[in-house]
Formats: sequence, structure tokens, C-alpha cells
Amino acid sequence: MKKPSLRSVLPLLFRYVAIMIVLLFTVGPFLWLLSTSLKSAGENIFAYPPMFVPQQPTLDNFFRVVESQPFFVYLKNSALVAALSVALNLLLASLAAYPLARIPFTGRAVLFIVLLSSMMIPFQLLMIPVYELAISLGLQNTYLGLVLPHACTAFGIFFMRQAFLSVPAAIEEAAIMDGVSRLRIWWFVMLPLVKPSLATLAVFSFIAVWGDFLWPLIIIDQPSLFTLPLGVNRLASTFSLDWRLVAAGAVFSIIPILLFFTFTQRYFIEGAMKGAVKG
Amino acid sequence: MSALSLRGITKQFGKTETIHGIDLEIDAGEFVVFVGPSGCGKSTLLRMIAGLEEVTAGAIKIGDRDVTTRPPSERRVAMVFQSYALYPHMTVAENLSFGMRMRGVAKGVIAQKVQMAVEMLRLAPYLDRKPGALSGGQCQRVAIGRALVQEPDVFLFDEPLSNLDAELRLKTRLEIAALHKRLGKTMIYVTHDQVEAMTLADKIVVLRDGVVEQVGKPMDLYHSPANLFVAGFIGSPAMNFLPAEFMALAEFNQAVFADGSQWLLGKKDAPVGKVTVGIRPEHIRLDRSSAMRARVNTVEQLGATAYLYCSVAGQPICIEVRGVIDARVGDEIGLHTAPEHIHLFDAQGVAI
Ligand SMILES: Nc1ncnc2c1ncn2[C@@H]1O[C@H](COP(=O)(O)OP(=O)(O)OP(=O)(O)O)[C@@H](O)[C@H]1O
Ligand SMILES: [Mg+2]
Repeated sequence: MKKPSLRSVLPLLFRYVAIMIVLLFTVGPFLWLLSTSLKSAGENIFAYPPMFVPQQPTLDNFFRVVESQPFFVYLKNSALVAALSVALNLLLASLAAYPLARIPFTGRAVLFIVLLSSMMIPFQLLMIPVYELAISLGLQNTYLGLVLPHACTAFGIFFMRQAFLSVPAAIEEAAIMDGVSRLRIWWFVMLPLVKPSLATLAVFSFIAVWGDFLWPLIIIDQPSLFTLPLGVNRLASTFSLDWRLVAAGAVFSIIPILLFFTFTQRYFIEGAMKGAVKG
Repeated sequence: MSALSLRGITKQFGKTETIHGIDLEIDAGEFVVFVGPSGCGKSTLLRMIAGLEEVTAGAIKIGDRDVTTRPPSERRVAMVFQSYALYPHMTVAENLSFGMRMRGVAKGVIAQKVQMAVEMLRLAPYLDRKPGALSGGQCQRVAIGRALVQEPDVFLFDEPLSNLDAELRLKTRLEIAALHKRLGKTMIYVTHDQVEAMTLADKIVVLRDGVVEQVGKPMDLYHSPANLFVAGFIGSPAMNFLPAEFMALAEFNQAVFADGSQWLLGKKDAPVGKVTVGIRPEHIRLDRSSAMRARVNTVEQLGATAYLYCSVAGQPICIEVRGVIDARVGDEIGLHTAPEHIHLFDAQGVAI
């Protein structure tokens, strides 16, 4: 084999350096969090220069978190709410998106613009009226109260509309000629063809629900219904603010996401590739 | 009773009208080809018959049913799309049976219809493959199969061969012709390829800019085109057109060209004045003694035939000659055409 010349190695080297820098900024904070959560009580976490690798690594912080608070209940709550929200969002957003993309009706353009503009209003602005609405509906301290705001997002509808628009019209027309109803076309023809987009939307909405803090904070005050972010927040306030514990709680709430993605990653990438090659 | 009838069909997209009132009768079992240049409204007309596009005005009848406002599923028509439009996520077998499964047709009936289509179109080797793993020609056969199992009264084809290469196009064309013979069903076929139109059609409908220019049997269109457009569109290479002045003489009439040269027209009659003379390349013979002189500009030898591109009276003209020709660029040749092969068109382009 020929010895690789400097000329051919240099761009590669440069690329790797660039990747490392990006990695430092993205994964760095997480590793720092992990490191803090593993540091023992005897170790000064504010030491300068900072020590990245714990000197006496311990899982003690995790045990203390789980003992002091029902974190497995929080985990169950978070998982349940996330699963319900993601499933509902995929279903309802794509159901709403289909006519917006494909069935002409009067007021369609206006509806779409209203939808788009609603995405530009920050939640904090709507928080109080939505809160009052939720209270009047008796949604305080219920799973439904946690799920509903995520059950059909404007972004989801917008995203799925774009996905449906990319499906060739002729395929759908063929199904119409075949005598298939619109609802069945949506379910049996369109949804399978936008699987990669569904997967992407699932990821987005999962992250949004899992990390949602503000809405659970105002709608839930029963600890038995707390989601993980609320639990972590409680760690920060109930104790004399031990950052090791907060870090352990945060790591605890991130691990399920990591597991989720490790398992489903292959499918997402596969789906995305298929979509790309098809054309 | 005709299998399909169109009455005063117009179509508007927003404010622009693209189909300007089309009347057409199609007999049961007829193979009708809509032909015309790109953008003339062939697809739009076909899609209105299918029910995929609304009719702005007019009425569509299939058999004795008025289907103008009926949805596609109630029209008993099936369509084969240019892009095949197979369901990419289903196997060939699933593609064929999907519509019937959705409509709740009994399993036994589905199996039987699929089997029939599979045999007729020789799809057996591909049944478990998805469209992505099929060639264009195979995809098109599956698409035809999907129309077949619907057992429609009318088959609609929108440029089904235009995505295939030349060889496969010929093969599939013959297959479609065979299919028509075997099924005896009414078929409407859209193409902009006049060879497809000539070879497949019982009846050709020539469209231009949303208007029917002429309807007729292929050979009728060839021998007596109604106007300049049809004359130029049907036949390959296209008919030669020469502007001339029509003169009536004692024993024969003649066309006089700009440079004063004349072409004898026999007994052909027309009002005196400006005309266009149309002559097909295959109807011009070389004749040394003829007074009609031409200069050769280009020679194309194809083996079985040769094309001479010449100028006559300052106008370009194409001549088709059988076999090999020894004419050279720059030669002066004499041309002769039998009077019955000469077409005359008036100033409005209408055949005389
Ligand atoms: N959805 C639409 N909205 C607006 N105009 C349209 C629409 N569909 C077709 N047209 C117009 O109608 C005219 C006829 O289009 P059509 O697709 O029927 O042509 P065609 O004869 O099938 O051409 P081609 O051979 O290129 O397929 C064109 O001028 C086209 O721009
Ligand atoms: Mg077309």
C-alpha cells in the first residue's frame, strides 16, 4: 500500500479537529454533569483548576437521590406522559396535516397561516390563559393535564404537512381511482410513505415533552404526579443545594432518553436513508 | 349508444380557461388516442374523465350514466399514470390487491382477479418484489395490472410509455394493443407521440390549445387532414408547407411560388388567391425532366431510406427516398408529386 501523503491526510485531520471542537461543546457539558454526579462528598466540586475525573468515584449520590425522593415514580410519570404525548402528537398532527396538504377547502390557506403564526407566540405569553382553561376543565393534577398541551402541536402539523406535500400526488390519485376512502389513504398509503418524518417528529416531540418543566410545574403540585424535571427541581430546593445530588438527578432523567435513542437510532437512520434514496 | 360522451366540456384553472368546449363520442370497445403538443390539455381532459379534476362546464356520460359530478370511484374507470404511481411500500401482489382489499372484496374474488392480471401481464416472477426493485417496464406492467383488476368500463392511459426507452416503448406498445384486442374494452390513451397514436388508435383526437382540431381514423387524418395543424402534426417527417398563389388555368390548375416557379395541381380546385401547398416527404419523387427544380442542402442516409433536405423556391423542403441515393449537396434535382398527394390550405389554414 502507498503511504498516505501529507496532502491527503491534512484535510482529514482538519475535519477531525473540527468535529472534536463541536463535540467538546455538545458533549462536554453532559460529561461535566456526569463527572459531578460521580464525585464523592469529600471532593470539592468547585476546585480550581477543575478536576474532570472524580478522584473517588462513587454511586452514592444516585442512591441518595432515589432514597430521598420517589424518582422511579417520576420516571414512570415522565415515561407515561411522554409515550402518550408522542403517540397522540404523531396521530393527531398528521391527521390534521393531511387535509392541509392535500384536500382543497375554502379557508385552507388562512388556516395554515394562523397555524404558523401560533408557532411564533412564546408559551410564557399563553401560560396564564391556558392555565386558567386547564383549571376550569379540572385538569389540575391529572395525567391528561400533562399530556393535552403536547397532544397536537402546531409544529407537528406544520412538519407533517411538509412531509405529505413531498409525496407524489399521482400515488394518492391512484388510490382514489382504486376506490379507497381518504381516511384509508391517509392511514395505508400516506403514513407509511412519511415514516422517516414521523420518526423525526417523534424525536422532536419526545425531547420537548421529556424536558418540559414550566407546564408541569404550574399544573401539578402532587408529588405522586411529578415528572423527572420537577423531581430534579425539588432536589435543588429541598436540600441545602447539593449540586452532586442535582447532577445525579439530572443524569438519572437523561439516561432513559439515551437508552431510547440507542435502541431506535438504527431505525431512524434507516428511515431517513430510504427517504433519500427513493427519488 | 356510445361508451363515453363529452358534451361542451370546458375547464378553467382560476381565471384562465384551458379547455374550450369539447364534444366527443367514443364507441364501446374503441381505442381512442388523444394526441397533441405539450400543454394542449390532453392530461386535463383525461383527468376530468377520470374524475380527478372537476369539470367547469359541460357533461360527461359513461354508458348511460351521467357522471359529471360523481367521484372517481363511482365512474368505473381505471387510470394508468405516466409515473406508474405504484405504492412504493407495497409488494407487487399488494399493489394489485390493495384497492379491492380496501373495498372489502371477498378474498377468493381478489385472488382470482389478481391471478388473471398476473397471467395476462406475466407478473408472476415479481409478485413479492417492491416497485423499487423493478425496472420501468415492469413497473408499467404492474400499473396496467392494477387497472386491470378494477375491471373498469373505460381504461385511461396518460402517456404510459414516455418514461421507457425506445425499445421497451415499442414492446409495451404492442402489448397494450394486444391487451385491447383481448379485452375489447374502451380505452383512452394520451400521448404526444404521433407514432403511438397512428399505430394504436381506432380513432385519433387531435387537440391543440384546448380545442379539438380533428377526430378521425388514423389513415383519414393522414390522407385528409382538416387543417395545417393536423397536417403538420400527423406523419413523420412532417409535411412540407410552401406558401403559393393559386391560379386556375384552362386544362389544369397550378400553384405559383414566390420566385415564379410553378407546381401543377391537376384538376384540384380552389378559390384564386393565397394558399399553402402541403406535400408529404414520402410523396415526392425525383424526376429529372420535371420543371420543379430544387437544390440539395443536406443528405441523410439511413439505409432503407434517405432524406434530402432541399430548397424549393426559397423554401426548405424534405424529401424521403427509398433505398440509397447518389445525390450530393449542391446538386440540382427535379421533383414530381402526383396531384392527388398535394394538399391545399387556405389563408386560415383550413384544408381546401
Ligand atoms: N392544476 C393546474 N392549475 C393551473 N393550470 C393548470 C393545471 N393543470 C394544468 N394546467 C394548465 O392546463 C394546460 C393543459 O395542461 P395539461 O397537463 O392537460 O397538458 P398536456 O396536454 O397533458 O401536456 P403534456 O403533454 O405536457 O403532458 C396547461 O397550459 C397547463 O399549464
Ligand atoms: Mg400530460
